[in-house]
Amino acid sequence: MNLKGIGASAGYGIGKAFIIKEFTPPSSRTITDSKAEIERFDLAVKRANNELEAIYTSKKESLGDENAAIFQAHLAMLNDPELYNGITSHIKNKKECAEYATKVISEQYYDMFSAMEDDYFRERALDIKDITMRLMKILTGLATTLEFDPSEPVVIIARDLTPSDTASLKAEFTAGIITEIGGVTSHSAIIARTLGIPAVMGLKDAISQIPSDSLMTINGSTGEVVVNPDEDCIKAIRIQIEEAKVEKKLLEEYKDKSSTSKDGHSIEIASNIASTDDLPFVIENGSDGVGLFRSEFIYMNRTSAPSEDEQYQIYKKVLSGLDGKPVVIRTLDAGGDKEIPYLNIPKEMNPFLGYRAIRYCLDHKDLFKAQIRALLRASRHGKLRIMFPMISSLEELRLAKNIVETCKIELQSENQLYDKNIEVGIMIEIPSAAIISDILAKEVDFFSIGTNDLIQYSVAVDRMNEQIRHLYSPYHPALIRLIKTVIDNGHDAGIWVGMCGAVAGNEKMIPLLLHLGLDEFSMSPSAVLKARKIISELPRVNDNFVKKLLSASTAEEVENLLS
Amino acid sequence: MREVIIKNQTGLHARPASQLVMECKKFTSEITLTRGENTANAKSIMSIMAMAIMGGDKISVSAEGSDADAAVESIATFLESLED
Repeated sequence: MNLKGIGASAGYGIGKAFIIKEFTPPSSRTITDSKAEIERFDLAVKRANNELEAIYTSKKESLGDENAAIFQAHLAMLNDPELYNGITSHIKNKKECAEYATKVISEQYYDMFSAMEDDYFRERALDIKDITMRLMKILTGLATTLEFDPSEPVVIIARDLTPSDTASLKAEFTAGIITEIGGVTSHSAIIARTLGIPAVMGLKDAISQIPSDSLMTINGSTGEVVVNPDEDCIKAIRIQIEEAKVEKKLLEEYKDKSSTSKDGHSIEIASNIASTDDLPFVIENGSDGVGLFRSEFIYMNRTSAPSEDEQYQIYKKVLSGLDGKPVVIRTLDAGGDKEIPYLNIPKEMNPFLGYRAIRYCLDHKDLFKAQIRALLRASRHGKLRIMFPMISSLEELRLAKNIVETCKIELQSENQLYDKNIEVGIMIEIPSAAIISDILAKEVDFFSIGTNDLIQYSVAVDRMNEQIRHLYSPYHPALIRLIKTVIDNGHDAGIWVGMCGAVAGNEKMIPLLLHLGLDEFSMSPSAVLKARKIISELPRVNDNFVKKLLSASTAEEVENLLS
Repeated sequence: MREVIIKNQTGLHARPASQLVMECKKFTSEITLTRGENTANAKSIMSIMAMAIMGGDKISVSAEGSDADAAVESIATFLESLED
């Protein structure tokens, strides 16, 4: 059986289907032997303990004590005597099954915490949900992510993966990830790219179509999935996997090298990240910095916005973790396909053309100021650069910069320290901004071209729409011209120009971007070393090549010239 | 019974609360935290966190059982030593 979804994280994988079934809340079931039911519950707690301890130990190793502390708290919650008594008394007195008793009691705690005044304690409602969900899954025989057989690689299939699912993924045993919903920008896709796991997203009905345990292959570039592949298919994929392994080994020598073109120009090759969990991958792959920290993920999967202090701690961690290397943090980019329920962004006909990112933030000054203040305060712990998303005009840029200035004055009067030379820049992802980039360049310290949105806005193509997806091409001559315009205008004004969209890590495009003069490339950590190799083998200046490319009239011509 | 004032700003958030539970489990006595009219079983992280104890709060520690005195002493000292 051949299936096709959206290629969301490049690479080839082969393994058995491991299906994570959607969790449905258990319903009540009457039991007769409450003693036996409590024993069943005890066993579930024991198993949940083993799973959580495994997560805690591995997190402690990869992220340190401080970051793993929350899993220790999860363990304490799981073994909480009040929770235990509540559930076991319910089983005894109401004669209802353990999973339902867990649901009833955990909801009482969830509601109690959700109603608390303090942001921090209110957030703990999600921790309660996380641990009791694990218990209910175990009790109802649903798989939790920790159960793969380590001796055998698996392809994980889920409707969508939660952050807690992805936190327990083990890259070495995960041959691939398939989800029914989501696309290249969803949380699961970003995690997959960071971990270097092939992923296919938006494969509708994957769970109902793919039988559990069937052997399958996955191609994370094309989105192709084969269930029960024949010998030839398996052989072909195995060759690809081997080649990728050999290449990865060869690339290791670039880890400690500087990012320099053949003619001696220094280039910055940075990583895109979504949380502090990604820091080890940034370091492991020898990135020159972080070119895009997607701060919206700090706001997701919770019931209220993170406070200034909470954000400060996170930004500080990222900056300290990078040890003086530059870190570009993009301010809240909510809306579009990134839903954050408590922000109450109304449902729109065209969310990508709607109330999102900087547009929303400029209307919600308290929310925006909390973030800017946290960023400024964190700036003294490293080399921070602040970046605004979705700027379409000079007016918006000025409003956003005014807020930064206001926050600086506030902090000064509170005697709080911040980096006075902090760079402030913008994403260039809307055609209007690219076209007036000569004007914008005079009032910012840098540009970072966001190609995913820039392409979709330039050619008016929703990249999730299958009928027209072929029109979405990074090789469209209009895009090449826009990129050139932005780089030239930036350089004329004396600022640096980077790129943090998918195109920056596209091996075919890297030579052209280098020749166009791009100063900074930011991509998934797993793509950094390959980019460094490509750049080190090419001169930065190659006017003939650029001239030829600019005279190409179709996307096909451009792509052929780059191949 | 002993009264303590919580010094760290963030109070008994998840990490110190889970450490407190571990401290309490060293004793067989039942240990109770009281703030005004609220009380919490100090061996239960849920009931501790449900009290939302913040920096500056005055808490009394009491215990009942064979090792009650030692428990109160040890837990009060633990709470006093909390830092952000």
